[in-house]
Amino acid sequence: MADISLAQPTAQNPSFFAKLDWSKLATHAVLLLLVIVWTLPTAGLLVSSIRDKDQLTVSGWWSALTTTERTGGGRTAAADAQTFVDGQWVIQGNLFSEDEQGRTISRFGLTNKSFDETPAGASVTPKAGGDLTVFANGDYRWTSETEFDFSRGQRVLYVAEIPPRFTLENYSEVLTSEGIDRSFINSFTVTIPATIIPILIAAFAAYALAWMQFPGRGYLVAIVVGLLVVPLQMSLIPILQLYNGVAPLFGVEAKSYLGIWLAHTGFGLPLAIYLLRNYMASLPKEIMESARMDGASHFKIFTTMVLPLSFPALASFAIFQFLWVWNDLLVATVFLGAGDNELVLTGRLRELIGSRGDNWEILTSGAFISIIVPLIVFFSLQRYFVRGLLAGSVKGG
Amino acid sequence: MLGQVLSAFQTVIIGVGMCILYFWGTNWVLDRLLGSDASSVKNDGLRTAIRPWIFLAPALFFLSLYLIYPVFATLWLSFNDNSGQNFVGLSNFIWALGDSNFQQSVFNNLLWLIIVPAGATIFGLIVAVMADRLWWGNIAKSLIFMPMAISFVGASVIWKFVYDYRSGDSEQIGILNAIITGLGMEPQVWLQIPFWNNFFLMVILIWIQTGFAMVILSAALRGIPEETLEAARIDGANDLQIFFGIMIPQIFGTVIVVWTTITIVVLKVFDIVLAMTNGQWDTQVLANLMFDWLTRGVDFGRSSTIALVIMIAVLPIMIWNIREANKEEGTR
Repeated sequence: MADISLAQPTAQNPSFFAKLDWSKLATHAVLLLLVIVWTLPTAGLLVSSIRDKDQLTVSGWWSALTTTERTGGGRTAAADAQTFVDGQWVIQGNLFSEDEQGRTISRFGLTNKSFDETPAGASVTPKAGGDLTVFANGDYRWTSETEFDFSRGQRVLYVAEIPPRFTLENYSEVLTSEGIDRSFINSFTVTIPATIIPILIAAFAAYALAWMQFPGRGYLVAIVVGLLVVPLQMSLIPILQLYNGVAPLFGVEAKSYLGIWLAHTGFGLPLAIYLLRNYMASLPKEIMESARMDGASHFKIFTTMVLPLSFPALASFAIFQFLWVWNDLLVATVFLGAGDNELVLTGRLRELIGSRGDNWEILTSGAFISIIVPLIVFFSLQRYFVRGLLAGSVKGG
Repeated sequence: MLGQVLSAFQTVIIGVGMCILYFWGTNWVLDRLLGSDASSVKNDGLRTAIRPWIFLAPALFFLSLYLIYPVFATLWLSFNDNSGQNFVGLSNFIWALGDSNFQQSVFNNLLWLIIVPAGATIFGLIVAVMADRLWWGNIAKSLIFMPMAISFVGASVIWKFVYDYRSGDSEQIGILNAIITGLGMEPQVWLQIPFWNNFFLMVILIWIQTGFAMVILSAALRGIPEETLEAARIDGANDLQIFFGIMIPQIFGTVIVVWTTITIVVLKVFDIVLAMTNGQWDTQVLANLMFDWLTRGVDFGRSSTIALVIMIAVLPIMIWNIREANKEEGTR
């Protein structure tokens, strides 16, 4: 009874509203959770790459905005800095270097054992005598009745609140000393020709397969569809042997940019032909036929009508090929050398994982540099990318 | 460095120029030689017969050289020794059957083949269904799609950081271990726990491929006629019934396509294993084993044999694809 009287005033149709809200709410919650799980790893990489490298190793990236408590150390000035003020000898200054400003000392001490025994603002007595007071902002004041006589400053250890620090130092480090800058150029060198050259070759072939009548056309289409899924692993060794055999005849290195451009052209062609053929075949038949009636040749129809009309498909493929070549490690490792002038970003990153596996400031910033270009391409041209994806896989493989 | 960039642009210009010259030139020659001056019916027929092959020739050359010839060459190499020059019969295959690394790889590949396509397809389907019902669905889709643009090596770095382990009492900076310790459990060296570490690697590929599955399935879902869904709702079907009773059967063909496409990706991916563990701690897969024998072992015979095994695994999907394509060709 009580239940009914409670439910009635809130809504006329309680079961309907209750149900609607719950399923909507659950949908929101589940999708939000998925989005968080999917983006957190990348967010962690990005945040870590701009953190101070010392903070990066001691605290998780999710705590990047909070202050951390850490031990640090500094040294006072030596005896020659002392002044005689109001009847006592004084040495004063600040323990922090320029980078360390902003820290807040909570406790300090003079030895590894006693580093957290004295609160900031109190004083201790060093070996050299007198009273050494250290304040929270890093200022210290060391006073004595007798004149100081020592050559090296007193070491002071402290526990301090260290404010978060964000910096681009990690980026300048990977760009200048880890060879990422050079690899960035190398990646572009590989990618641009390897993206553009296959397009034209594929476009002509796609037109022939879509709009020309000739015996064996069906077989060729079937072969292209079949080649779409041939694993690259099958091609590596024979092509490598071929390059090794042919290159000396021309007096060039077997591992060269020319070799990888041609290889990527070959490997990209099945998808290019397939995508473009599907698109061209869907162009209205009437246009083609009336153009043929007017006496236009295939060559003319192709260059003046089909090619411009196929722009969306050309763009789709170009994005695919760009991302695939930029992100490729296999072909680049096999067909390009590992020297500075040939190592691409993915190869460099792999090398860094091996050699600098624990230096997260290097790995995170290096990885971010390697993924930024595809991310820009991806987000700015997502529409074409999705369209290509749909054309390329809903129908076949 | 500058010279290198210039040479890349030069190549683009030369490459494109050569293509244009070839296509335009051959067409011109064809029209000249069998031109309309001597426009007999025979010449016209000849031109029509030749022209398609002019359009196709460069593509056919590249396809044959870089994809078709290598298939047969690799097949031949798998019967040869490490130099690729001496015939050794079936000994590479016999070696493979007895090799513990190879067996491990086949076992792991089977795991990958079951888990990754299933995981990516299911998550992709969940996101596709949910995102279409919420106002911020497109943003969600974009974010889940994003890993598609990231290289496998880049993704490996991202996830290596997630799985990071610090020994002793130091604070965990890998988010997974931070969560685990936050829950009061012991931190783990995730990548070194045999058997389960395979799953931690698969997560990376699922993370990348879910966006792909989502996009394709989302498009397929939108293709379901609104009347069908409406009719079901009027009949009193609830959301789950609509999902399993109507949506899944309607898009089943697309689910298969997504599944097989990801299957092929799984068979080819080696970068993740290479970058994360390089096959240590029982995580080897065929593609990485092949890469290892090619670059470190420098054994063309064994490497080809492993490549061939991957090819054989792809073969059923290839045949199925060709059949589907032929069917479509027939209806056009």
